[in-house]
Amino acid sequence: MSASAISIKGLTKKYDGKFAVAGIDLEVAYGEIFAILGPNGAGKTTTVEILEGYRFRDSGEVTVLGDDPQALGDKTYTWRERIGIVLQSSADAGDLSVRETVHHFAKYYPNPKDPESVISLTGLAEKADDKIRNLSGGQRRRLDVALGIIGSPELLFLDEPTTGFDPEARRAFWELIKTLRDEGTTILLTTHYLDEAEALADRVAVIADGKIVEISPPETLGGRHLAQAKITWVEGGKQHERLTSTPTSDVATIAARMGGEVPELQVIRPSLEDIYLQMIGHTK
Amino acid sequence: MNILRLGLLRGRLEIKQFLRQRESVVFTIFFPVMLLFIFGSVFKDTIAPGVTFSQYFVAGMIATGLVNSGFQQLAITIPMERDFGTLKRLRGTPMSPASYFIGKAILVTASTLVQIALLMGFGAAMFGLDMPTSAAKWARFAWLIIVGSTCTTALGIAFSTVPKSGRGASAVVSPIVIILQFFSGVFFVFTQLPKWMQDFAAIFPLKWLTQGMRSVFLPDSFVQQEVAKSWEVGRTAIVLVVWTIIGIAFSIKKFKWSNS
Repeated sequence: MSASAISIKGLTKKYDGKFAVAGIDLEVAYGEIFAILGPNGAGKTTTVEILEGYRFRDSGEVTVLGDDPQALGDKTYTWRERIGIVLQSSADAGDLSVRETVHHFAKYYPNPKDPESVISLTGLAEKADDKIRNLSGGQRRRLDVALGIIGSPELLFLDEPTTGFDPEARRAFWELIKTLRDEGTTILLTTHYLDEAEALADRVAVIADGKIVEISPPETLGGRHLAQAKITWVEGGKQHERLTSTPTSDVATIAARMGGEVPELQVIRPSLEDIYLQMIGHTK
Repeated sequence: MNILRLGLLRGRLEIKQFLRQRESVVFTIFFPVMLLFIFGSVFKDTIAPGVTFSQYFVAGMIATGLVNSGFQQLAITIPMERDFGTLKRLRGTPMSPASYFIGKAILVTASTLVQIALLMGFGAAMFGLDMPTSAAKWARFAWLIIVGSTCTTALGIAFSTVPKSGRGASAVVSPIVIILQFFSGVFFVFTQLPKWMQDFAAIFPLKWLTQGMRSVFLPDSFVQQEVAKSWEVGRTAIVLVVWTIIGIAFSIKKFKWSNS
């Protein structure tokens, strides 16, 4: 067994002579939530589908849970028992109920989770007896997640899981993912939502045009923690602004000078979004 | 055996889904019975001593039942499942493709048997269809169902790779089945068709299935009305087996789990 849940070296994949993935290296540790962040067409889904065994690479080395997903041979089904996949889009014909579907998929796996608790964990308890065709988009997505986790996977792939969720549903989903993390599930997530990567991921890989721009924890992405903060405040009826790498002591100095409350004080750090836009802009 | 266990589970699920789709139940099960009722009521002529067109038609419809439940049903529903992402999702689970196909075969078998039973029942009750008169004929009936159904299932899975989308599948598949029905001795007496139609139909399984079913349901004397003056049982078996092999080979080579 290799040390990492996922290990990728020099991965490439071309479609019609054009690189969709142009040389990616990354390692995902066991128990980690790893996010791949990038704009549409950056190569996120291609990369993930190669890891899931849906697509074959052109070159490079890939191991997922210790095995090469395109050379599994006899191990195919024992390997698939250990992973869970939530695809980007699926819309089953929907003549079965949520409960029937989740119970059915549970039987594919040797150690499934309890279908009823998965149904309530994914917030579908009230819809359990509804036909899938009558679910809303967000509810269907939660069913996708339920089917992805029903087999107690060691490794869970989530491809843009919260697209189309309202903010409340997204929060609830994040909580669910954290629960799975606490149970020791390794999670590979692709997303184009920065807040999602920031809320969930231990580490983030930003990819653009099939290449990795950076891999780091979200709080240090793009040197964000080192970037200068902007302090703005009102003093003597006038708006003041200062760029600084020591905002705390600067604010203390200003507060001391003004003798207490500083009117309209703001300390602004570059948001992840600012950094991210800058990063993917750089590669264009 | 895990493959078989999951195959049986899939089969149960397929039947459950099938029964909940009213259109498919009506189309695959009741439509042939309706056709039987209409054609059988309109064309009552005697076409040979002791044989009415209605009886001839019932035999042809039973043969068509194998094509409807196997070929037509699978070649239309599998592309839809591919479009919906059902197949891609299943591919990501530990369920083997063999289990999926076992499930489909169970569905085909169940719907074929129900359809044939209904056609035989209505045919006997309303149009004087005789049940097979000897153990040998029952045995031939049984292998025609088994081999014929395997053949049309294999061809249905193979042909499911042809329609570009689930939406368009019915438009591609249904005309083929209807044309073959016209050419193969279902709606018309085969010997009354032009020679080129007979030769064309002889390439495909349905002509052989209808002839086989006539050998089961019509009096032995009717064999003189056949083109070859023989039921050509051996040749029928060969044609069906060859098509089955073609279907399986094509399915293995071409079957796709997703559109991209």
